[in-house]
Amino acid sequence: MKTITTRVEFLAHALAIEEEAAERYAVFADQMQVTNNPEVATLFREMARLEDEHARRIEEMSGDKPLPRIDPWAFDFGDAEPPEAVDYTATHYLMTPYQALGLVLNAEQRAAEFFQRIADGDGEADMRRLAAEFADEEREHVERVRRWRGKYPPPEPHWDEDPDPPNELE
Amino acid sequence: MTAGGILLEVAAQAGYHGIMTRSSGPQIRGGEAAAMLRISTFPVESHADVFDILVGVDWLNAERFRAEIPLGPDSLVVGDLDGRPPAEYLATGARLLALPLSRLAREREGGRENMVALGAISALAALPRGLFEGVLNALLGRKGSEAVVSGMACIEAGAQCVAGESGTFALAPPAPTRGAIWNISGNEAAGLGAIRGGVRFVAAYPITPATELLEWMAPALEQVGGVLVQAEDELASVNQLIGASFGGTPSLTATSGPGLALMTESIGLAVASETPVVVVDVMRGGPSTGIPTKSEQGDLNIALYGLHGDAPHLVLAPLSVADCLFTTQWAVHLAEKLQTAAIVLSDQSLGQTRALIERPAEVAFVSGRSIQRTPVAGYQRYALGGDGVSPMALPGTPGCQYTADGLEHAPSGTPSSRAEDHRRQLDKRRDKLTGHDYGDHWALIEGDGDVVVLTWGSSLAPVREARRSLAGRGIDVRIVAPRLLMPVQPARMREALSGASRVLVVEQSHGAQFLHYLQAFYPRERGYESLAQPGPLPIRPEQVVERFNPRGSR
Amino acid sequence: MEQLSTRQAALKPKDYKSDNKPVWCPGCGDFSVLSAFTKAMSAMTLDPERVAVISGIGCSSRIPAYLNVYGFHAVHGRALPVAIGLKITRPDLTVLVAGGDGDGFSIGGNHFLQACRRNVDITYVVMDNQVYGMTKGQASPTTAPDWMRSKLTPHGTRINPFYPLVIALASGANFIARASSNDPNGTARVIAEAVEHPGFSFVQVLSPCVTFRPEQRDWKKIVRPAPVAPTADPAVAARRLMTDDNFFIGTLFKGGRAPFESGFAPRAEVAGELERSFGLTA
Repeated sequence: MKTITTRVEFLAHALAIEEEAAERYAVFADQMQVTNNPEVATLFREMARLEDEHARRIEEMSGDKPLPRIDPWAFDFGDAEPPEAVDYTATHYLMTPYQALGLVLNAEQRAAEFFQRIADGDGEADMRRLAAEFADEEREHVERVRRWRGKYPPPEPHWDEDPDPPNELE
Repeated sequence: MTAGGILLEVAAQAGYHGIMTRSSGPQIRGGEAAAMLRISTFPVESHADVFDILVGVDWLNAERFRAEIPLGPDSLVVGDLDGRPPAEYLATGARLLALPLSRLAREREGGRENMVALGAISALAALPRGLFEGVLNALLGRKGSEAVVSGMACIEAGAQCVAGESGTFALAPPAPTRGAIWNISGNEAAGLGAIRGGVRFVAAYPITPATELLEWMAPALEQVGGVLVQAEDELASVNQLIGASFGGTPSLTATSGPGLALMTESIGLAVASETPVVVVDVMRGGPSTGIPTKSEQGDLNIALYGLHGDAPHLVLAPLSVADCLFTTQWAVHLAEKLQTAAIVLSDQSLGQTRALIERPAEVAFVSGRSIQRTPVAGYQRYALGGDGVSPMALPGTPGCQYTADGLEHAPSGTPSSRAEDHRRQLDKRRDKLTGHDYGDHWALIEGDGDVVVLTWGSSLAPVREARRSLAGRGIDVRIVAPRLLMPVQPARMREALSGASRVLVVEQSHGAQFLHYLQAFYPRERGYESLAQPGPLPIRPEQVVERFNPRGSR
Repeated sequence: MEQLSTRQAALKPKDYKSDNKPVWCPGCGDFSVLSAFTKAMSAMTLDPERVAVISGIGCSSRIPAYLNVYGFHAVHGRALPVAIGLKITRPDLTVLVAGGDGDGFSIGGNHFLQACRRNVDITYVVMDNQVYGMTKGQASPTTAPDWMRSKLTPHGTRINPFYPLVIALASGANFIARASSNDPNGTARVIAEAVEHPGFSFVQVLSPCVTFRPEQRDWKKIVRPAPVAPTADPAVAARRLMTDDNFFIGTLFKGGRAPFESGFAPRAEVAGELERSFGLTA
């Protein structure tokens, strides 16, 4: 996190994290809609809405001060992907809500850790305070998602078995 | 070939009409070659039934051309004293005139036998010798004046040595006045038609006998800011056209049968994605590699039916060397206007024949594509309704982004496998073609006799020759030659054939492809008669005459 | 950290997406590559209407319709010639080609070689999953010879795989890179670099097929950045590529060949010169 030292840099990163998460959940919701998994589609759609809300709140925090424009590959996430983004290869058309929420849970946990690292780092005090708030919020999400997941049973042993072969398209 | 070109140019300057065709052996260099000319006081498009003069500069393998060079008892065979013309030629009853071609050439500095022969021909046909110098200057001037001087000396010597026969085949004086005359091949004419029609991009792969069209177009396109790309194969050629046309540039390629076969999948893409492209097929003998250097009308079926799926498109065929210009230009205009693929069926005999023609008038057929130039909410590239032609947005136009697709699609362009989308888009692509008014250009119709010859493409020329001949015998033949082969024009054809007692279908195809097309799309209660012969021999006028005026019947 | 604050407030990546929802399987790497396309375009502040994405046939070739740019979904294997015809006549556009390994290296293989040679200024992104997805999982040119999961080749293909980067280099491509769908941001960076580099740019993206090659989910454990900077020397690049295990990612070669120039500048009027050549010589 060596390059995140100011409030605007932090907000730019946080915004990218939330926007990426929102975008990805929207993609997953579409995937599940297309592959006729409506329950998980609804779940991802809701996650997309929540992350988008969070992104809008960060935008408001930045006020009139424009955030620096950073190319997607130039962020300093300490990893190739932003912490809250679920890997594109992690979804499955037969996945259950329990599994979907498991992915979300991990993402929220990664986000909490990321923000905590910044809070514990040596940037501006104002920025570190903000990062600590974000970390708290993400931890709260972790708990909420854990409770949410508790409402669903874990997947059956052969959850990904499909008696039908894939379709031929072209 | 050089001597033939000089002779044609001199005939043109003297005020005559004429054509030159050619035939050659299979060798890349040093092979036998025949230049076949007809010079006339009236416009001609094909050879007559027999040649008057056959000149052999040498006779090696000349018997191979026997079928292409018919002679008769009134013909003259000219050759060197030491040479021996193939017996096949003399068996026709033609008279042999042996001349010291070789010696006369040897006696002159830089002398060539073909120039001596040219002199002999000029004397036999009574062509004004004064014109040769200018033509030699223009054609050989690069080689220095010695070539012109020695050429002229040979021509003089050749003329002198047939003094006794001078004027045996003298041409009547030419008609006194006429417009500007062009010396042009069908391939060149098609190229000019393409450019006049708005074509600025060509991608192509070399193939006989279409290469000369491309060779003419490469520098010609540069003069109008266009480009010719030599692609890696015909698959690339036609797809480059699709890309260029998608970007808004009228685009064309030229090929022959094997290349057309490779292109057919993507011609279907042009049809489905409604991207205008024009493919000129300069037909040669087929199937497979066939006879690359000689003509045949055997690609009609693939042009009409070669696309998979129901893929309505345009098929046109020029009717003469000069008409290669008009028909290609018209094809570009129609493809652009109707946003589809057009196949133009020329052939080797049109493409590689040089003809003296009157400068063709300019016609107004220029691209005319319907373009969506301004942003529009909810733009639909394949919108239904109207005449079926939906305005095409070009990349760069804001607010109209769409994806052109070869998958069946909804009006927006989004892929769709729904029955109703398929049905509607099929209807759209058909109706825009069938609903268009093609006007009188759809066919050439000559005469109003109640016997009809229905023909197409290069077969029209001998049919016209036959018509002239039959007219002299009091038989009035009506000619109907469609220039537009697809979409078919049933009402117009009905009218064109009204009152016909007999209809003879003349074509250069072993399988009678044109006949079967007519039977399918223009069925006629009284049926059609067929004169179908494969290439490479052209239809001879006499073969048509015979059908209406059998020998000895009159 | 590279900051491009001088660029105008631009469209966001999602503004480059269309309303069409992909037909791909959840888990497919192509979702990531789609995202990378939009990120690259956004970062380069390209106007969507001045971009054209051309494709052939296959799963990944569906990309144009998912983007809010001009697109052409052409026939199998022929995307490159379509793109070349477009770019030659519309040099003002940014032209990209997207497709898969079967489309690009098998049925379209010759066009790939010739496009590298011709060096027209376009960018070719191949999503390589070593399998034909749309026809239910057959071996592609990049499939290992001993892969036996296809009914068409139950004993494996037993033929040598195709090494696209080596072939691109040997054929004259001016920019050669490998990316991984596990890193959409890195892929976006490589695509942007490829677009900005003149001439023919080739980007192979390792993009798993979770349906027919589920084991490719593990690619993310194997891929790693190439430990070297891009080179402009084909000999150095060749040596690297020949010893490469096909899982190094990053820009590997940036050549200095001048792109193909056609001088295309069409004029409506027809030059009189053209006709004069047919007039008589006198």
